[in-house]
Amino acid sequence: MSAALQIPLDPRDRGGPAQPLLLVENLRKHFPVRGGILNRQTATVQAVDDVSFSVRKGETLGIVGESGCGKSTTARLLMRLIEPDAGDVIFDGDAVGDRRGISVNDMRRQMQMVFQDSYTSLNPRMTMVESIAYAPRMHGTPRREAIDRAEMLLHRVGLNPRQYARRYPHELSGGQRQRVNIARALALEPRLVILDEAVAALDKSVEAQVLNLLGELKESLNLTYLFISHDLNVVEYMSDRVMVMYLGRVVEAGPVESIYRHPRHPYTRALFASKPTLDPDRRTTEMPLTGDPPNPINPPSGCRFRTRCAFAQPRCAERVPELLAPVAGDADASHVVACHVPEAQTPKHHTTEVGHA
Amino acid sequence: MPDGSMVQGPVLRVEDLTVRFTRRDTDVAAVNGVNFSLNAGETLTILGESGSGKSVSLKAMMGLLPGYARIDGRIWLNGRDMLTLPEAELRKVRGGAISMIFQEPMAALDPVYTIGEQIAETIVQHEGCSKDTAWKRALGLLEQVKIPSAARRLKNYPHEMSGGMRQRAMIALALACSPSVLLADEPTTALDVTVQIQILLLLRQLQQELGMAIVFVTHDVGAAAEISDRIAVMYAGRFAETGTTRQIMRQPLHPYTKGLLASTVHGGMRGTRLETIPGSPPNLAHLPPGCAFAPRCRYAVDACRQGDIPVVTDETGHMARCVRVEEAVPA
Repeated sequence: MSAALQIPLDPRDRGGPAQPLLLVENLRKHFPVRGGILNRQTATVQAVDDVSFSVRKGETLGIVGESGCGKSTTARLLMRLIEPDAGDVIFDGDAVGDRRGISVNDMRRQMQMVFQDSYTSLNPRMTMVESIAYAPRMHGTPRREAIDRAEMLLHRVGLNPRQYARRYPHELSGGQRQRVNIARALALEPRLVILDEAVAALDKSVEAQVLNLLGELKESLNLTYLFISHDLNVVEYMSDRVMVMYLGRVVEAGPVESIYRHPRHPYTRALFASKPTLDPDRRTTEMPLTGDPPNPINPPSGCRFRTRCAFAQPRCAERVPELLAPVAGDADASHVVACHVPEAQTPKHHTTEVGHA
Repeated sequence: MPDGSMVQGPVLRVEDLTVRFTRRDTDVAAVNGVNFSLNAGETLTILGESGSGKSVSLKAMMGLLPGYARIDGRIWLNGRDMLTLPEAELRKVRGGAISMIFQEPMAALDPVYTIGEQIAETIVQHEGCSKDTAWKRALGLLEQVKIPSAARRLKNYPHEMSGGMRQRAMIALALACSPSVLLADEPTTALDVTVQIQILLLLRQLQQELGMAIVFVTHDVGAAAEISDRIAVMYAGRFAETGTTRQIMRQPLHPYTKGLLASTVHGGMRGTRLETIPGSPPNLAHLPPGCAFAPRCRYAVDACRQGDIPVVTDETGHMARCVRVEEAVPA
C-alpha cells in the first residue's frame, strides 16, 4: 500500500475528521428478571446504565472490564442486536434509527462485528465463501461478484481461497475460523468494526497472528475499531484510547498511555495490579481486591465500586460520581474519571469536592 | 522454591507416560513420553496451548481417562504405580493422596448437594469418621480457603455461589483428605483477573501451610510465572523444555518456548509488530517424524525431521528437546 499517499478520503465520510465516527449518549439497558408463578418481574439487571462515549475516526477505542461489566451488552446495543431502553447512537452525524438520521440497516452496512466464539458465529451448513458472500448478496450484490469478492477477502485475511473457500466451519482451526469471521465482517466494507473478545478464545501464538492481521487491515482499509476485551495487555497493545467499565457504568476513560501509566480510579488501579507480573522475582504478594464483582442485579447505590473500595466514604453511597476531567492543571483533560476521591492514595488525604454537574 | 528439607524423594514420579486414543478410524497420539518428578511442596506448571496434551496428562495421573485410551508408562505416587492399581484401590487414592481441581467448578461440583454435604461425604468415604467430625472438618476447610461466613456457605448449593467462591469451594473439597499431590487443570482460566490473582495467592499460601505438591496446568504464561517453581513447556504431547521459572522466563532455549513468550502480548509492546509462530499446532493423528515443532520452526534443519530428538540437559536441570539447542545458546 502506498503509505505516503494515504489520505483517508472516504466518499461516505460526512462530517470530516473532527466529527466522531460514533457518538453514544446515555445508553441504557436494563433486563427484567422474572420469576414466581405469575412470572412477574422480580428484579432488574442493570446491564448498561447511562453509558456515553465517542469513537474518533481512525482510532481504536478499547473497552476493558470484568465479566458482567456491560462491555458486550454495549456492543450488542450498538449493533441493535438488542434494543436499548434509552440513549442515542449517532453514526458520523446521523442518529441511528431516527427519522432524520439513518436506518439500522444502513448503519449495519457501515458497522460490523466479530464475536468471541468463532464456531457458533458461523453457519455450520455454509461454506466459508458462502458465509462471507451472504451479507453482500442480501444487500443486493450479484452472486458472482459477491463470491469473487469473498475469495479476495479470504486471501486478504491470509487464507488461500483455493484451499479454504469450499470448506465448512468444522474443517477449520479456531484461528482460521476467526480469520473467516473477520473477512465476513469486512465484506460490506464497513467503516467501524466491533471486535468483542475476538481473540480471547485463541491460543497465544495464534492470537498474535490475528492481532497483527487486525493491525494491517486497519491501516490498509482505514478502519476504526471498537476493541472489547478482558485482557489488559491486549487492550493496551491495540488501543489508542481506553474506557474502563464496572457493573454497567464507565468508571474511567482516556488515552491509553495516561490510563495505563496513571490510572486514577481505585478500580482501575486494582484491576491493573491484579495482572500477573511475568517476572518470577517480582510476584504479586497482596490481593489488590477481595471478593468477586457484585451481581448487577440491584447494584450498590451511588458509586457501584464502593463496596469493594478501600477509599469509600459516606458520599460515595449517596451520589453517583460523574465522569470528569481532573481539576489540577497538569493532568490530561481528556482523561476522565468517575470517582469522588480520584487521587485517594490514602484514605485521609483526599481532594476537594469534584462531583458537580 | 523447592523445600530443602525434603529428603525422602519425590512424591510423584512420571516415567515415559504415553496416551493414545485409538478408535476404528483414528489413532491420536495425545501424550508421547512425559517424564518428570515432583517433591513435596513443589509446584510444576505444564504450560501449553490447546491440544498439547497437558490436560490429558493430568487426567492420566488421576486415572480419569476413558476406557479406550491406551496408557503406557509409570505414574509413581508415594512409591505406588497408579497405572497398576485395581479400581477399588484407585478409588481410595483418588481424592485421598491425589486430588484434582478443574477449570469449571460448576461442572465439577454436584449441583444437587450442598458444598458441606459434598465435602463431608468425601471425608467420610475416605477416612470412615463420623458425619459430625466430617462436617466440622468441612467448616475448617472453608475457613482455610477464606470463604467469608463459612458456616452459612456450607449450606449453599454451587449455583448460589459466585465463580470465585465456587473455585474456593472446589479447592476445599480437593484438600479435604490432605492430598500429597494436587492436580490443577486451568483453575483460573475462567475467572476474572481480580479473582484469578486471589486464587493463585490462595494456592501458594495453602501449599506453604500444607506442603502438598502441585501440578498446575495452564496456557497462561502470566499465571505460570506467578505460581510455579518449575515450568514444563509442552508441545504435541512432549515436554519441549523444562526448567526453573526463572530459566524459562529469562533464558528460554527451545524455539517454541521463545516463540510462545515473544507472541505473548504484554505492556510496552505498543507500536511494534508482534512476533508470531507461523502455522498452527500439528494434527496429533498424523505427527511428523522427528521434532513435532520442526514444520513451524525457523531454525529447523534436516536432522530435526528424522528420528528421535535427543534431550539436552545442563547441570542445573534445564532441559530442552532440540537438535540445535547448543548452537542457540550464546557461549
